[in-house]
This record gives sequence, structure tokens and C-alpha cells, in this order.
Amino acid sequence: MLDISVLYNKYRFLGHEFLTWLWFTLENEPKSLMDAEEMPLLLAVGNRIVLEVIRDENTVESVTIKGDDADLSEGIVAIRKGALVTEISLLFKKGDLGWSFTLKGENFNITGLKTPETPPVESGDETEGAVIDKLFLSAEVVTLVGDLFQSFVRLRISETWKNETVPAIKRWLTA
Amino acid sequence: MGLLSSTQTIARYRVEGQFSENPTEQVRKGLKKQIITDIDNEAQDLAVGWTSFETPFTPDFEDATFQIGTHYVFGMRIDKKSIPTKVVKQQVAIASAKRLAESDREFLSKNEKSEIKDHIMNVLTIRIPPTPNVFDVVWQYEQQEVWLYSTQKVANEEFETLFNKSFAGIKLIRLFPYTQADLTLSLSDMDRDRLSSITPEDFTE
Repeated sequence: MLDISVLYNKYRFLGHEFLTWLWFTLENEPKSLMDAEEMPLLLAVGNRIVLEVIRDENTVESVTIKGDDADLSEGIVAIRKGALVTEISLLFKKGDLGWSFTLKGENFNITGLKTPETPPVESGDETEGAVIDKLFLSAEVVTLVGDLFQSFVRLRISETWKNETVPAIKRWLTA
Repeated sequence: MGLLSSTQTIARYRVEGQFSENPTEQVRKGLKKQIITDIDNEAQDLAVGWTSFETPFTPDFEDATFQIGTHYVFGMRIDKKSIPTKVVKQQVAIASAKRLAESDREFLSKNEKSEIKDHIMNVLTIRIPPTPNVFDVVWQYEQQEVWLYSTQKVANEEFETLFNKSFAGIKLIRLFPYTQADLTLSLSDMDRDRLSSITPEDFTE
């Protein structure tokens, strides 16, 4: 494997393309995203998307769309001009439980992760159980991102990407 | 933004390599080797080390509380002394005035000024208490994954350095998109070649 920092910079676009594809899929073909039991994922874009276009080493143009029910058309215009999604907030549901978090494409940092509520820790004896519960709930998001990214990578290295996905994304951008 | 906070922040790492025997003891040894040291009343302005998850200000790895289920749960503590610039300026001015009065001169040489500043910094560093920052860490040993509950660049860099110093023979690799694909998706050699040869897609044409 090449040096880690070389890989990080060389393939920085991979995470950004993943988030751009994810936004496109959530807008256009949300039912194509399945969980391990082949059931459609209950996943939606949250209230924040950041898009960036890197003109050269020192110039990054950025567009941030914030707010519930925000008009996302500015984001589509930005992608048409060469931007990609670099950060996206997501809402995930599983049964009655809900998660919200922000995923950064460049490094897959997960920030602002709110898991379903767990009971407050009232004594030291309860810490171990609380840690196990919280880890279990946080792992749901890590697994979700891992599964979605796996679907993306399989698609990205297949012929379907060039022949079907890219044309479909371009149609969405110009519709 | 820690493990039990209502809002969490997570940076993920892959652990390559395993301990040959008794991982819990090996992890304990590594944690004890780099346990945070107290820099109160010392001229040192920074300390980075491991601490206990439940008692971050009185770290202790003698008992088994850092093991929860199949995970190792502990913390990284960064103690840093920050001396306000205005305090340094004030103390240097007072000390310089005193030196001038004692030597009955109008000016101090460059060396004298520098010497006074170094002395003041040293005295203040000893006197000022450090500000502690604690970052939770979960090592999911069987899954070969470590989560650091911070995405601050400084915390991530200190964590990588500290982890490598603590656990010989174990390699920590930051999980970002490429490494996640390469190390966790079980790609075939052919798929791995395809992945390494992809170039950025252009959606603007």
C-alpha cells in the first residue's frame, strides 16, 4: 500500500463522489438502497449539505445549504459547475428508533451523531451497561455507512457506473 | 462529544496486527507505559497520555475496568498550560523595570530581554495549572477497529503518535474512504486494481 497521506490526497475525490451519488440516489431512487434484509432503508437527507469545487490547490469554492425544507436546487447548480458534496447530514430510521448525523466525505468523520435516547447513568454500576448500549446504537450508523459505501464502491468500479449511473446523474442535474 | 454524550463525534481507525497472547494484559501494559503524568508545579507545558474512562483525573489500569464486554474502553488526556500573552507581557515589563532600576541603566540588551522573558515563562509555567482535555477511546479488539471520540486534527495526531508508542507491533491506520475500501470491503485483487486506477468523474460535461 502507498503512503497513507499520499492515498488520502490522491483519492480524496472518492468520498466526495460517494456523498454526491448518495444524495442523487436519495433524491431519485431511494428504494434502491436496501438493508441487510433486503428492505428499503429509511434514510433521508437532513438539514445541511456542503458542496465544494476545488479550482486549484489554494482555491476552494464552497456552497452550504442549511435549514429544514431548504431549497436544494442551488446544490444541483453547484454540481453542474463542477462541485461535489463534501459533507451531508443524514436522518436514519429503523423501526421506531431514529439517528441523525453528519458525514464528511474526505475522511468519513462522523459528527453530531445523535442516537436513540438511552437511560441516564445514575450510578457507577450502570456505566458498563450504558457503554454497551451506546456502542451498539453508534455501530448501527457505522455499519450503515459501511454498507452504503460498499454498494457505491462495487458500482464505481463496474461498467454500470459509466454506462448507467453517470448518465442518470447528468440527466438529474439538467432536468 | 464523548462516548456517553448525547451528541457524539467519531474518527475511526483500523488496527493491523494482533497480540500473540493475552491481549487484555498487553493492552494494560501499553496503557500503563504511556499513562498521563501530572505536570502540576512542573516547567513542562504539555502532557499527553492514557487515562481511565470513568476516572480520567485519577487514572488507574491495575483493575479490569478498562475492559467492557469484548472492548477496551479508556481515554486519552491532553494537559496543556496556556499562559495568556497579556500576563507574560505584564510580568516581563515588571521584571525589566526592576532590572533597570537595580542596574541604574536606561536600556537592556537583547540578550537580557530574552533571558528575562525565558525566566518569566518558566516561572509562570510552573505556577499555572494545566487545562485537561479528555477524549474517549474504544478499541473493538475482535473487529480490529478503534474509535476516537474526536475529529480535532491535533487530537487525532496526538492519538496516532501515542498509540504507536504504546503498542509495539500493532499498526493503526486511519479509516478514510480509500483505506475503508481497501481494508474492510474484502475486495478481490481485480477489484482492488480497478479501485486504484479510478480517476475523478466529471459530471459537468
